[in-house]
Amino acid sequence: MPTVELTYREALRRALREEMVRDENVYMMGEDIAIYGGAFGVSLGLLEEFGQERIKDTPLSESVIVGAALGSALTGMRPVAEIMFMDFITIGMDQLINQAAKIHYMYGGKACVPMVLRTPGGSGTGAAAQHSQSLEGLLCHIPGLKVVMPSSPYDALGLLKSSIRDNNPVVFVEHKLLYSQKGLVPEKEYLVPLGKSEVKREGTDLTLVALSVMVVRALKAADKLAQEGISVEIIDPRTLVPLDSEAIINSVKKTHRLLIVHEACKRGGFGAEILSQIEESDAFDYLDVPIRRLAGSDIPIPYSPGLEKGAVPQEDDIVEAVRELVG
Amino acid sequence: MILDKNDLVQIYKQMLTIRRFEEKVAEFLAQGTIHGTGHLYIGEEAIAVGACRAIKDEDYITSTHRGHGHCIAKGADLNKMMSELLGKETGYCRGKGGSMHIADVETGNLGANGVVGGGIPIACGAGITIKMKKLKRVVLCFFGDGAVNQGVFHESLNLASVWDLPVVFICENNLYAMSTATKIAFKIKDLSLRAASYGMPGVKVDGNDVLKIYEEVIKAASRARDGRGSTFIVCDSYRWKGHSRSDAERYRTKKEVMEWKKRCPIERFKKYLLDRGYLNREVAEQIEGEVNLSIQEAVDFAQKSPFPSLKTLEQDVYAS
Repeated sequence: MPTVELTYREALRRALREEMVRDENVYMMGEDIAIYGGAFGVSLGLLEEFGQERIKDTPLSESVIVGAALGSALTGMRPVAEIMFMDFITIGMDQLINQAAKIHYMYGGKACVPMVLRTPGGSGTGAAAQHSQSLEGLLCHIPGLKVVMPSSPYDALGLLKSSIRDNNPVVFVEHKLLYSQKGLVPEKEYLVPLGKSEVKREGTDLTLVALSVMVVRALKAADKLAQEGISVEIIDPRTLVPLDSEAIINSVKKTHRLLIVHEACKRGGFGAEILSQIEESDAFDYLDVPIRRLAGSDIPIPYSPGLEKGAVPQEDDIVEAVRELVG
Repeated sequence: MILDKNDLVQIYKQMLTIRRFEEKVAEFLAQGTIHGTGHLYIGEEAIAVGACRAIKDEDYITSTHRGHGHCIAKGADLNKMMSELLGKETGYCRGKGGSMHIADVETGNLGANGVVGGGIPIACGAGITIKMKKLKRVVLCFFGDGAVNQGVFHESLNLASVWDLPVVFICENNLYAMSTATKIAFKIKDLSLRAASYGMPGVKVDGNDVLKIYEEVIKAASRARDGRGSTFIVCDSYRWKGHSRSDAERYRTKKEVMEWKKRCPIERFKKYLLDRGYLNREVAEQIEGEVNLSIQEAVDFAQKSPFPSLKTLEQDVYAS
C-alpha cells in the first residue's frame, strides 16, 4: 500500500478536507480557524478551498460555538467545532454536558447530534495552568459523549473521519506536542473505527496502557527497557468512550502486569476507570502484581520548565515504573 | 399573511387549549399524578400562540422549561404530550424527558429546555442550518426574562447578529425569574434596549395581545427569511401560577396577581372576537366543549398507556 509521510497536523487537515469534500453538510466553526488557520495551524488553507461559509470564524464565544454546533447538528448539519484550548471547553460546558450529551436519550432516541468538538489538550508548551490541562476524564464521566484521543498521524486522520461520520457528539482531543510529529499514512482513503484500541508494540512482560502523547513516551521507554531484556506491550485505547477494554483484558492475561500512563491528574483520572475495569474482569486473577497508575500530579500545571516537566510523566518515569513492576 | 375569521377563531381555540391543558396539569401536579415538577404557562398563552401562528410548519422553535404552550402552539399532539408528562412509553420522549424536555424535531420543535437560556445557542445552530442549506425558514427562540441575564444570551444574540441568522428571539417577560423580580435583576426597565448593543432591532410588545405579537413576529420572521437578520422581541406578560409546584409565592402579592388576571389574554381576545361578531356565545361554548374533549382524550390516552419497560433504561444513550 503506497504511503505518505504526514505530520499529525497535516493528517488532521487531510481528514477535514476529505470529509468536507465528501459531505457538503460538514463545516467548521471556531475562533481564528479561518485566515489564521487555527491557533495550531490545523485548518490552514481550508478557507481558500472551502470559503467562509464552511470555514467559519466565530466571535470569542465558546458557549455559542458548542451550542450552535449542536443546534445545527440537530437540524441536519455535521459541524466540526474547534475549541482553541481544551481548558476553554469549561466555558461551553452547559451546552456540551447538559445539552449535546443528553439530547438523544432525553428525546427518547428520536433525534441525534452528529457533531465533533476538536480541542488540543496537554502541557509542555509553557502555557501554564489555564492552557495545559488534560480534561478528558471529566468528559468520559458524561453518558452520551464519545471521547477520542489519537496519538499518531495515522490514528488522527482515521479517527477524525470516523468521528465526523458518527451520529453522536464526539470530543476529539488532540495534543499540542503531537502536532509536528511525523508518521506514515496510506495515500488511499481509510478510516479508523471508534472503540477499537491498537497494540502499538507487542510484548510479554507487562501491559502498558498509554493515552495520547504518553504513547510516544512509552514507545521510547519500551526501546530502552528492551535493552534490559524487559518486553513491554503497549496498548493505545485511542478512544476512551467507547473503551475497548477487551484488548486490555486479553493483554493482561498474557503479561500478568498492568501499568496505566496518562498525563491528566491522577485523582479521578481515566486511569482509575481502566484500573477498575480490569479489577472487575477475569483478568484480575492473572495479575502477578497490583495494577499501577503513573499519571500527572494533582496540581495545576506550573509554568517554569522544570516544574512543568515534573508535573507529568516523562520517559524516564515510565522506565522506572516498569522496572519496579517487573523487577 | 392576513388572518381571516377562521384563523382568528383557531387562535382563540389554541389559547384556550393551552389554558385547559395547563389547568389539567396543575390538577395532576397537586394530586401527585405527575411525579416530577411542572412549570405552567397560564397567563402567557398569547405569546406562544401569536408567535407560532406567524410561522410555517417547517419552521423551528426552541422552547423553555415553561414549554407546554410553545409545544401546543407548534402543533404538538396532546396525547403524546400528556403521556410524556405522565412518564409513559407513548410520550414524545418515551417517558425519558418529562415536562422540561418535550421535543419533536421532525415537526420543528427542537425542544423545551431545563436550563434557563439553554435553547438560545441551539436556535442559532438551527439558523446556521437554514442559512447553509438555503431553506428560507426561520427559528423562533423562546426564553424568559431570567435568560436575558445568562451569558449565552449575549453570545448568541451577538453571533446571530454578525451572521444575520434567521432567528427571532422572543423574550417572555413575566416579571419574575423564579422569585427574582426584573426590577431587581435589571437596571434597565425596557429589556428590548439590549438589542441595540447587538445591532439588531429591539421591540417591546404587550404580551397579552395575541394579534400584536402575531404582527411583530410576522415582521421579524419576514426580515429573517429575507436574510436581513435577527430581531429581539420582548413580550411583557405575567405568570398566574407559581414558578413550579413548590412555589409559596412570597415574592408577590395576591393583589398583583389579581390585577394581572383582569388582563387575561384569552378573555381579552374572546371579547375582541365577540365584539366583531367573529364569535358568538354558541360557537364559543362549542369550542369550549371541543377543547375539553381533546384534553380528556389526551388524559385517557396517557392514563391507558403503559409505563416504559425497564428494558429501555439503557437504550438510546448513543445514536447508532
